[in-house]
Amino acid sequence: MSAGETVSIAADTPRLEAVLQRYRRVPASLISVLEDLNEEFRYLPRPVLEHVSMALNVPLNQIYHVATFYKVFNLAPQGKHTICVCEGTACHVKGAGAIMEKLQEQLRVSEGGTTEDGQFTLRSVRCLGCCALAPAVMVDHDVHGELQLDETARLLSRYADRPDDA
Amino acid sequence: MMHKCPEQLAAVRKRARARQNHARPRILVGAATCGLASGAGPVLEALRAAAATGAEEMEITETGCNGACYLEPIVEAVLPGKTRVMYGHVKPGDAPMIIQATVNGTVYEERALCRVDADEILLEDVVAPYRRNGLDAALERIVARDAHPFFRSQRHIAMRNCGVIDPASLEEYVARGGYAGAAKALLEMRPESIIEAIKRSGLRGRGGGGFPTGRKWEACRKAPGEPKYVICNADEGDPGAYMDRAIIEGDPHSIIEGMIIGSYAIGAHLGYIYVRQEYPLAVRRLRLALQQAEEAGFLGTDIFGSGHEFTIQINRGAGAFVCGESTALMASLEGRVGEPRAKYIHTVEFGLWNKPSCLNNVETWNNVPAIIQRGADWYAGIGTTGSKGTKVFSLVGSAKRAGLVEVPMGVSLREVVEEIGGGVTEGRTLKAIQTGGPSGGCIPATLLDVPVDYESLGALGSMMGSGGLVVMDNRTCMVDVARYFTAFLKEESCGKCVPCREGSAHMLDVLTRICEGAGRAEDIPLLEELSVVMTDGSLCALGGSAPNPVLSTLKYFRNEYQAHIDEHRCPAGVCKALLTYRIVAEDCSGCDACVDACPSGAISGDYSEAHVIDESLCARCGLCVPACPQGAIILQ
Repeated sequence: MSAGETVSIAADTPRLEAVLQRYRRVPASLISVLEDLNEEFRYLPRPVLEHVSMALNVPLNQIYHVATFYKVFNLAPQGKHTICVCEGTACHVKGAGAIMEKLQEQLRVSEGGTTEDGQFTLRSVRCLGCCALAPAVMVDHDVHGELQLDETARLLSRYADRPDDA
Repeated sequence: MMHKCPEQLAAVRKRARARQNHARPRILVGAATCGLASGAGPVLEALRAAAATGAEEMEITETGCNGACYLEPIVEAVLPGKTRVMYGHVKPGDAPMIIQATVNGTVYEERALCRVDADEILLEDVVAPYRRNGLDAALERIVARDAHPFFRSQRHIAMRNCGVIDPASLEEYVARGGYAGAAKALLEMRPESIIEAIKRSGLRGRGGGGFPTGRKWEACRKAPGEPKYVICNADEGDPGAYMDRAIIEGDPHSIIEGMIIGSYAIGAHLGYIYVRQEYPLAVRRLRLALQQAEEAGFLGTDIFGSGHEFTIQINRGAGAFVCGESTALMASLEGRVGEPRAKYIHTVEFGLWNKPSCLNNVETWNNVPAIIQRGADWYAGIGTTGSKGTKVFSLVGSAKRAGLVEVPMGVSLREVVEEIGGGVTEGRTLKAIQTGGPSGGCIPATLLDVPVDYESLGALGSMMGSGGLVVMDNRTCMVDVARYFTAFLKEESCGKCVPCREGSAHMLDVLTRICEGAGRAEDIPLLEELSVVMTDGSLCALGGSAPNPVLSTLKYFRNEYQAHIDEHRCPAGVCKALLTYRIVAEDCSGCDACVDACPSGAISGDYSEAHVIDESLCARCGLCVPACPQGAIILQ
């Protein structure tokens, strides 16, 4: 079991049940259930998926099929903040690649990785729909447009310094 | 049937009109995702704070995106009895001046972009002037919107309410003729006559396929099997296109109204909106709009007293591009992985849960209420013979004036790119326009006079797609663009069929080695051969159209491929492995600025002597070029 797998099913059952109830335990709502749980726990720990499997009566292998097919689902713990570098076409031609490299260098992680202090997870996303403001980067739910290479450090410090109010 | 205005609608409209007739000034802040990304949040706060200190009662509301994203944050002030003034690039520090000017019924000229003299209520064919008297000198000095280069040749139908109403207000939507189309359809029209009207309007699918909407509805209505479903595809996955996000964020009720009309015409009682989770604001706006429509009785049982029953459910996409494909989307709605199936089984007969299902794109649904209210002939009078109405394009990339542009079908690409978009960034030259997203292609600058409609773009080896227009200049490498799209499609291929899964991976290998300077003479024919296999053998349009970016760049920019392969040179200066940075000794002052800028420690030289770059250490990041005050570092 990996270090981050701290979700205890016993302690988290109410949160889990609340999500399952929201969708009335309908097996077809699997994706919606997983999306909500992914937001609730910030990733999908195996014990949670096992519980979902029992509750929705969907085989665990099918749940993993879905959870690994769609990009939104995390199967490993995530950093406190998620940075998504937009790699849409407009951002690509306007230098998203250099922004990604710069962030990798500053955070010392590769794409998809989480920093050692657990502050940031760095990901790429295909188009945030802010193409006129390329290159764009989304941190948690905030989109930052027209990001210059020399602004990444300041952007990171804005989030890293934020008190733990999540 | 005699026209009877349904009570629910009348009540809401009455409230809305009463509110609108308030003579107090009103300030709207563009707070769609693009506005917020440019700092609309602090501007909104500053305006509220500044308004709170004044004695004058004033309304400050959020609105959607009016398309001029390059001017964000945008603020509009409605001066009662005078005009409406649009401000751009507004900073929080401008708030007191804007508030003061608005209270005084004048304009803060520093940030003023243009003025709008009348409110066009498209659905009711009404142009209501804001102005009753003459214009002040200050207002006279700023340009009218109809003369502003970005707006003057646009025609907003799909974006009729974007940037005009508060998207969180059902009343404002109704006040501008909203839900009257649904009421008309449900109370005065038979389903067959609605379908006939949509057919006659010439509306075609705005998501990319361009299939005639009326024919789709008719096939779904006639298909045996119950229940039937209507679905809104809001899984806008094409990188470079974001009109659906803007429409949902700016005018969510228009989609709901379109779906109500469609459900009645087709005979469906349940609808789904499948929206990308990457658009959190759009999801929030839709949820609120649905709740409002339910509370107002526009969704539910016996809508407008017509006996029609219809509800809508929202599902969030989970980040899979392939789910924009209709059968994959339906699989995803069923809680499964989004794998497409063969196309010969039509979804209008066997779609969601194997029942007849009618799936349309956001912009398609949003056009429906306008067609019903203004009539099929009105709509068919706009556009070309084969492509009717208007289309929203996202004009992005190197365009000077980037944003969402809605124009009648058939205007030339030149008009969109040069007149509305203002051409390319200063100092660059236009090279190509990429249209249609990853399934589309690149149109060279020499063919800029092509009309934008379904047929003309297809004839050039590109496509309309969802309407992305990415402007590329001389600093864009076309081989790199082909590699970019192929990498995208390889990653997004669901893996179900071999031609797409293996073909895209193989193509990416070939393109990558060309970009890295290891291309071989036989690579171009190999790419062409792979393209044929993928086009012919793939199960769905994702794989079938995946070679388009490669084929269209090969067709129009073969010399760039050749330069990479034969001369190991990237003419645009993009492909890193093929670049060499060099310091021109005669121009170098030896100031050390480049030494400080270089993250790899690749530059050396004594102070005030000419410096040199060690190629073996150079990471080709290019940071030294802007750092040099002499402009002595060149790219070869």
